[in-house]
Amino acid sequence: MFDYNFHWRPVLKTLPDLIDAALLTLQVAILAMLIGIVIGLCLALIRLHMKGSLYWFATSWVELARNTPALFQLFFFGFGLGAFGLHLSPYLIVLTALSFNCAGYLAENFRGGFLAIPDTQMRSARSLGMTAWQAYTRIVIPQVFRIVYHPITNQIVWCVLMSSLGMLVGFRELSGETQFFASRTFRIFEYFAATAVIYYVIVKLILVASRILAARLFRY
Amino acid sequence: MEPSLSFFSDFNINDFWFLGQAAVRTLWISLLSISLGTVLGIFFGWALYEGKLAATLTLAPLLDVFRSVPLIIQLVLFYNFAPIVGLNLDPFGSGVVILTIYTSALVANVARGGIEAVGKPLRNAARSLGISYWQDLRYIVFPIGGRAVFPAWVGVALGVMKDSALVSVLGYVELLKASQILITRTQEPFLILIVAGAFYFALSYPISRYAANLEKSWAQ
Repeated sequence: MFDYNFHWRPVLKTLPDLIDAALLTLQVAILAMLIGIVIGLCLALIRLHMKGSLYWFATSWVELARNTPALFQLFFFGFGLGAFGLHLSPYLIVLTALSFNCAGYLAENFRGGFLAIPDTQMRSARSLGMTAWQAYTRIVIPQVFRIVYHPITNQIVWCVLMSSLGMLVGFRELSGETQFFASRTFRIFEYFAATAVIYYVIVKLILVASRILAARLFRY
Repeated sequence: MEPSLSFFSDFNINDFWFLGQAAVRTLWISLLSISLGTVLGIFFGWALYEGKLAATLTLAPLLDVFRSVPLIIQLVLFYNFAPIVGLNLDPFGSGVVILTIYTSALVANVARGGIEAVGKPLRNAARSLGISYWQDLRYIVFPIGGRAVFPAWVGVALGVMKDSALVSVLGYVELLKASQILITRTQEPFLILIVAGAFYFALSYPISRYAANLEKSWAQ
């Protein structure tokens, strides 16, 4: 049926390299996620509580991140900033673009989470003698965390998948490494099939880990 | 005027026109895959809801693969796989096929959510009034469930519109690829990326605002 001979041996031979690259993918995705969570939280709080230029800054960040393609953002940090003589390494390009994107998406999730907590929670905590900081960190944030837990999980998965765009700016994470080997051996289909399997496994592992963590965190 | 020969020339009105045409191509490939994918996705969603065991064993994992592997890998994989089984597709065809399946995988979940959003008693009541199964789907489930998940569907559609930028990997000259071509010639990455980004933003932002407002007014 097929007029094509599959050659899986080169893929098997370089599998350790692919696994290493997969770890790099995970590393970038998790780092971008952590940065995104911190910035996203700030953006959400700014959009909820502030007015003026800060509000507009946060709003334009969120809207730009959500309304342009991730690939465009990657090119912007890669080539666009080059116009100002700011040449980032491929690793930094992917990290900044992913963080920028994640921060924008997470900010909206966090904002929805904060809006879902009734004002009365904060007021009753304050009337019990908690300081604003205590009330925020002990009463509001834990409840928000519960609401945004699943969106955050989705965002991690999305982040891992999106890091594959790194191959277009010459970053040798899983996809970049795959392209490198594929173009060296001309076994394009085999290499990308193997990579697809690796991505699938990574995503499933993340989802399983998240479910186990959720079962432990939200027992009550 | 200096009589010097240069490979580079400035960004002019023709280039703007070139970007505009590319934006139309982005719109065309997105519209095609979103409409095909939505029809297919609604069917899959219905199958997931009604098919019970058979669907959860076959269709659900299959659709899950398309959500768990980066789109760029899917595109490269399919583009290189199609000739093996004797299909000769141009980049546009491959892009439409993969984007359609990708859309349908996302829409399937949305559609199932929509069907589940319609209360069982309501449907039973409809059936007991003598309405047939298909009439029930057409006149009861579709309007009510569709309304419940319309904002989610808009989110999916906008996501696919932005992800259509990835078809540039196969060489289809859509908006982002066009901007890359212009950057190579004019060496003005910042300006051109801003223009390309503005096109995407202009396509995406009004629709996302419209969906958000709709969601807000329906929530009341």
